[in-house]
Amino acid sequence: MNSPILLQPDETFILNVGPQHPATHGVLRVKMEMNGEYIVNAETVIGYIHRMHEKMGELKTYPQFLMNLSRMDYLGALGYSHGHVLLVEKASGIVVPERAEYIRAIMVELNRIASHLFWFGAFVMDLGGFSPLMYALQDREHILDMLEAVTGSRLTYCYFRFGGLYNDVDDDFITAARQFIPRMRKSMKKYHKLVTGNIIFRKRLEGIAPLSKEMCRKYGASSAVARGSGINFDVRKNEPYSVYPEFDFDVPVYHECDSLARYMVRMDEIEQSLRIVEQGLDKLPGGPIMPDKKPKLIKPPVGDYYQAVETARGSFGIRLVSDGGKNPYRLKLRSPTYSNMHLFDEACRGMMIMDALAFMGSLDLVIPEIDR
Amino acid sequence: MRLTLLNVIVAVVLAIAFAALNAAYLVWAERRGAARIQRRPGPNINGPFGLLQPPLDGIKLMAKQLTIPGGADKIMFITAPVLAMFPAIMSFVTIPFSDTIVAKNMSVGVLMIFAFASMGSMSLLFAGWSSRNKYSMMSSVRAVSQAVAYEIPMLITTITVVMIAGSTDLMEIVHQQSRSILHWNIFPLLGNSHNLLMPFSFLIFFICTLAETNRAPFDLGEAESELVAGFHTEYGSMGFGLFFMGEYANIVIGSCMTTILFLGGWSCPFGLFPGVWWFILKLYLLIATFIWIRWTFPRTTIYGLLNLSWKILIPLSLFNLLFTAGLIKVF
Amino acid sequence: MIYEKIKTTLSSLFPDPVPVPPEEESAGDDQEKKVKSPPPPRQDGLLEREYSVHGYHLDAQISPAQLIAAVTMLDDAEFFIESITGVDWIKDNQLEVVYDFSRYDFDLCRVVIRTRIDRQSPVVPTITSIYPGANWHERETHDFFGIKFDGHPNLIPLLLPEDADFHPLLKDFKA
Repeated sequence: MNSPILLQPDETFILNVGPQHPATHGVLRVKMEMNGEYIVNAETVIGYIHRMHEKMGELKTYPQFLMNLSRMDYLGALGYSHGHVLLVEKASGIVVPERAEYIRAIMVELNRIASHLFWFGAFVMDLGGFSPLMYALQDREHILDMLEAVTGSRLTYCYFRFGGLYNDVDDDFITAARQFIPRMRKSMKKYHKLVTGNIIFRKRLEGIAPLSKEMCRKYGASSAVARGSGINFDVRKNEPYSVYPEFDFDVPVYHECDSLARYMVRMDEIEQSLRIVEQGLDKLPGGPIMPDKKPKLIKPPVGDYYQAVETARGSFGIRLVSDGGKNPYRLKLRSPTYSNMHLFDEACRGMMIMDALAFMGSLDLVIPEIDR
Repeated sequence: MRLTLLNVIVAVVLAIAFAALNAAYLVWAERRGAARIQRRPGPNINGPFGLLQPPLDGIKLMAKQLTIPGGADKIMFITAPVLAMFPAIMSFVTIPFSDTIVAKNMSVGVLMIFAFASMGSMSLLFAGWSSRNKYSMMSSVRAVSQAVAYEIPMLITTITVVMIAGSTDLMEIVHQQSRSILHWNIFPLLGNSHNLLMPFSFLIFFICTLAETNRAPFDLGEAESELVAGFHTEYGSMGFGLFFMGEYANIVIGSCMTTILFLGGWSCPFGLFPGVWWFILKLYLLIATFIWIRWTFPRTTIYGLLNLSWKILIPLSLFNLLFTAGLIKVF
Repeated sequence: MIYEKIKTTLSSLFPDPVPVPPEEESAGDDQEKKVKSPPPPRQDGLLEREYSVHGYHLDAQISPAQLIAAVTMLDDAEFFIESITGVDWIKDNQLEVVYDFSRYDFDLCRVVIRTRIDRQSPVVPTITSIYPGANWHERETHDFFGIKFDGHPNLIPLLLPEDADFHPLLKDFKA
């Protein structure tokens, strides 16, 4: 008979967290070398759902690739599409009507709220609290309903077109969005009461997994990971694009560097996004949603172009190398969680496994987006 | 009431039936309660209010194959789920639900229940260790350290109550609290001891019950976001079913003990119509609190849990024990 | 202004002022002519790019030997690493490694460092000792292009299967 696992006091063992594990929210594997409950060393193994979007980018024409972007990050899909259309428009000199840009911003922000809500629920569930997920999903449901009515899909949107949009918003959407804002603000109060104020929740996050500014810089972290470490970095502010300069919103920055700070940043971001949606609805100009003059075939001139946008998960960069043809010569997708997740190996050393998994939750991982 | 062999057998069968029925229907209650808290319907398809869900779940579990992992220690692996259910059922034998409804009252009832309760952690250890799964093993290590840490304050608190009552007989403990709410051990303004620290004792006991029964926020043994399913990761079929039922049976035992030790058992708060209905009412209120807590709080950490026990609960309960002893000596 | 500062620092890598090649996009009108006679590969040197068109400010093409020096300069100036990627210039028989750097503060300056290497023996030094975050980016670039990063601690397939011996983003890759 095999003897059960026996350990010497200073002997370590390998624990495979994933590829199928409840805390990884997808097919991610972390090979942890453990000493009891403590992590001695960790190695993240990714690529389980790698689909080679970059090769698809080379094989497809520009409009054909539009729908690929929403398959990367299924929770905050519109932000990625936004980066893509902005890049191609910039490269080929297409001017987007103002109304389209405003609608894009409103949609992206609504999508950001939906993404953060899902993260919020899943994160609290990682910590063992089940109910907030259901509340968060209910609020998210309102957003998905609104987006569905306009874009036609609930998760993997293909709403943006080069130069504009596929569909204009109607009065129903505007009414629904206006009703949604106060309701969401009320929900936020409830979440703060139920979760943020909870002593067990705070004890589990305060001081856990401190990430220094220097470490964020060396790994190229963005989104709440950087902002929770006192870095005031938001592409919408640092490198304004689209109509974001027209909006009055703040970038929440926390200096505690711990998991709670990352949580607080995202919670505050929901409120800031609500502000943007509110202002966008107020300022929404009339006019067309597609430009009058638009090249039939998208063929950006020869050159090398880069566009960064702030998605729900951080700074998403997209690089286009064009040879003047109707397919991109090279399309590089820089996904934010790829860099954020990379931190994990170094940061989780010496942590206990439950803290490490709470830390992993605070990184807001979407695995298809890491693997691309 | 004369104890004949027949009496005992009937009583034991009833105790088992009560335990099993409670375990099954508490699953239903938990799911409905959780659904209510989470604003969803919960199980409502099978039978009225989904009341047929537990027996159907039972049939489903029994119809499944019990797989034993290749490297597992077979004897321990099979013993563990039985060991989870058995002590819980045995404990029911000695719990007095009212003056007359008790299978077998013993003068050392408190001792017996704690003796059986400490066997529960054995089953977790067996299950986790024999599964030959790293997650299970980590979980069983956690479960045992947790059980050790929380049995101590629990026992010290119980000793305080036993000291006040002067007896380890559960009947006797209830009888001494039976006059009114002010005689209950939770807030004994009248009665044997005027110890105003008893509410804290009650809290300590309740927290320990939560921890001993592996319930949220102390469900570190089966912390599903870290350890997959903890000690019962490798169990399917009725092996899992027994663990599940054992958990709920333990909750009932814990709530029964809390009711008896602190809330006056079957006595009425105002001294009117004492009877089993009061016991049942108190019991299910406590269980509802268990469910409510589970679906509200996130999980603690293992070090937070152990710190709470060794640094806060044990010193507090020890102090309370000394204080009570002093009070009894003085008055 | 960090832009001026980093421009001066990076210029020190190019002691001999190279003739700056004409901007590729300026030839937008006579594009058809361009396709017929492709331009020669770009020479090493520092280019200032129009941010509103290209999305970055400085574009430095250096030799692989200068890479560590250039990246150290950016590290000293507190840039963060955005990404590393490759481009296969099969017509020039060259592979290009592209390093993107940006800044966290409001002193916006995006710097692109490129280096061109021979397609047959693509080796560049690793920058993981300067930016540990380059680890995955370099592994990914190795996956896709087969570029070897000299000194990389763990150059095994990251996104591709662990036994992958193909490099899908090479232009002559046939699935």
